[in-house]
Amino acid sequence: MTGQTTAVDPRTLSPRAIVWARRRRAWGRLAGQFRRNRAGMAGLVLMGLFVLLALLTPLLFSSSELDVTQATGGVYDPPSAQYWLGTDDSGRNVLALVAWGSRISLLVGLCATVISMVIGTAVGIMAGHYRGVFGGLLDRFTDWFLVIPFLPLAIVLATVLGRSLLNIIIVIGVTSWPGTARLIRAQTLSVEGRPYLERARALGAGNTHQMTRHVLPNVMPLVLANTTLAVSISILSETTLSFLGLGDPTAVSWGSILDDAFSAGAISQGAWWYLAPPGICVVLVVLAFNLVGRALEDILDPHGQGA
Amino acid sequence: MALVAEPAAAPTPAPSPARGRWGLGPGGRYVLSRVLGSAGTFVFVVVFNFFLFRMLPGDPISLYTRGRDVDQAMMRALRTQLDQPLGAQFLDYIKNPFAQTLDSVKYGIPPWDVILPRIWPTLLLVGTATILATILGVWLGIRSGWRRGQRFDKVSTTTTLVLYSMPEFWFGMILLIVFAVGVFGLPGIFPIGGLSTPGVDTSTPAGWLDVAWHLTLPVTTLAVIYLAEYSLVMRASLIDEMGQDYLQTARAKGLRDALVRRRHAVPNALLPTTTLIFLNLGFVVGGAITIEYVFSIQGLGSLTVDALDGPDVPVLQSLFLLFSGAVILANLVADLLYAKLDPRVRS
Repeated sequence: MTGQTTAVDPRTLSPRAIVWARRRRAWGRLAGQFRRNRAGMAGLVLMGLFVLLALLTPLLFSSSELDVTQATGGVYDPPSAQYWLGTDDSGRNVLALVAWGSRISLLVGLCATVISMVIGTAVGIMAGHYRGVFGGLLDRFTDWFLVIPFLPLAIVLATVLGRSLLNIIIVIGVTSWPGTARLIRAQTLSVEGRPYLERARALGAGNTHQMTRHVLPNVMPLVLANTTLAVSISILSETTLSFLGLGDPTAVSWGSILDDAFSAGAISQGAWWYLAPPGICVVLVVLAFNLVGRALEDILDPHGQGA
Repeated sequence: MALVAEPAAAPTPAPSPARGRWGLGPGGRYVLSRVLGSAGTFVFVVVFNFFLFRMLPGDPISLYTRGRDVDQAMMRALRTQLDQPLGAQFLDYIKNPFAQTLDSVKYGIPPWDVILPRIWPTLLLVGTATILATILGVWLGIRSGWRRGQRFDKVSTTTTLVLYSMPEFWFGMILLIVFAVGVFGLPGIFPIGGLSTPGVDTSTPAGWLDVAWHLTLPVTTLAVIYLAEYSLVMRASLIDEMGQDYLQTARAKGLRDALVRRRHAVPNALLPTTTLIFLNLGFVVGGAITIEYVFSIQGLGSLTVDALDGPDVPVLQSLFLLFSGAVILANLVADLLYAKLDPRVRS
């Protein structure tokens, strides 16, 4: 399937073009295999729907619907034709809350994952590349952070830093990198043993060149699979931290809606329409990222026999 | 299965080359290195705990006293303590990290006096849930892994994936609203929160039943969420074992399928699951925090949430130390257990 594209005489191409063509083919192969994975595709579609919802929310619901003083409904109105998901304790439209919540939940989840991936990949590659004291230290450091229980650490950090959108992103980002670092280090160690790295070293390539030009492109697919799994964990973490009141007090996310519902006594009022939708959204989004991540892992894992 | 070699018990006619200094065998060296490694991690956590609360920007006193009235005498005491050089403060702290010199802001007594009575409810909740989740998760994992791709496997894998994607406190709230409050005309059966009915003596058998009744929903929540992960891992490791040659040999000997599974595949597949169950304790601690809050169980988790508003920094610091210490200990146990179960690890 990919054989025809190599018909061009390689001698007429620059080395860079050859490298790019090879990478494009590798990614194309990955995409082709992914399309055949049914669970992965279902996850991808679900993911797309939620991203679309987050992007279209400002067009669908005015932000004034989040304002308690401008609420139009009654207290705990059950679902009706006007309010599809009922109203909360101050008469706000739960559907609008959940739609606006998707924006913060996805934003925090994605940004925190970027931080965690950058730290995790950098530490992992360096810990695998440098032998001796520096690499050993990084490795120890990863081990230490891996052991510290996530939620207590995140709680302590969030308390010390104060409550804001940026801080919750930082807290989730800097507490969730060790797992990635572990994985990337193992992959780096296996890449380091290959002959082309020895060749690069023999030609005088520096550490930075070796790591960015040879190791990084090779661990990239694994980083991608891990990223999608990490997004799901970040979204769950955001929900938990916001539920505990550690999120931005002015931003509406799925976690903060659940926090409001819990503190406002939605449980004893039997207001299931206030509790269920944000949670279902979290489950669906996290499931979507999990399905995509698992599908990618299945494809990239040499032991995997496919789904 | 070989046990960890006892250095004294192993008969050694001549010092073998495998033996290092202090006459330790490979098993002994493994144990020693793991214990030292865990001790090192704990020292890191202790040091980290000190600097985390001091290295961050802002006035530490305003952090300790944020949002509350503090009398002048206490402010002065705090200031003299925090005005010492950082090195002196650190030496003071490192001498005994558990003897917090600052009282809990909220309760006015040393933090450990607040924490210690709260340990039992958490242990009861988390312990029961972990045991249930392990048994059910391993059983589910074996069933779906052995008959991979069949209907049971498909249903159970999908269900566990959904459960795995669920915030545990949300699941708890849904159980509460359905089974304790009652919706759609259903009556609420279970208590809405707490560990026992006020006034009931929990040392009598009737009291135990009352506690069990109160714990049903929270334990179910935690157990269901944890079993999802255990069964996914058990399934994956059983599938890994299924391609192995020794299973082929066992079948060639004429063993029945159930025996191949029980005697050969499952014991080997259990190894990664065992480690995971212990390694997972950090995650379990997180679950306990939100679940205790939702079900108003007076344990360490709800204490953590209580300490958040204020914040009650001395209590938070001590809790962080306790949670991290517990997880480090669990990891050490996992490492040693793994070595005992799988002799390959030791060498």
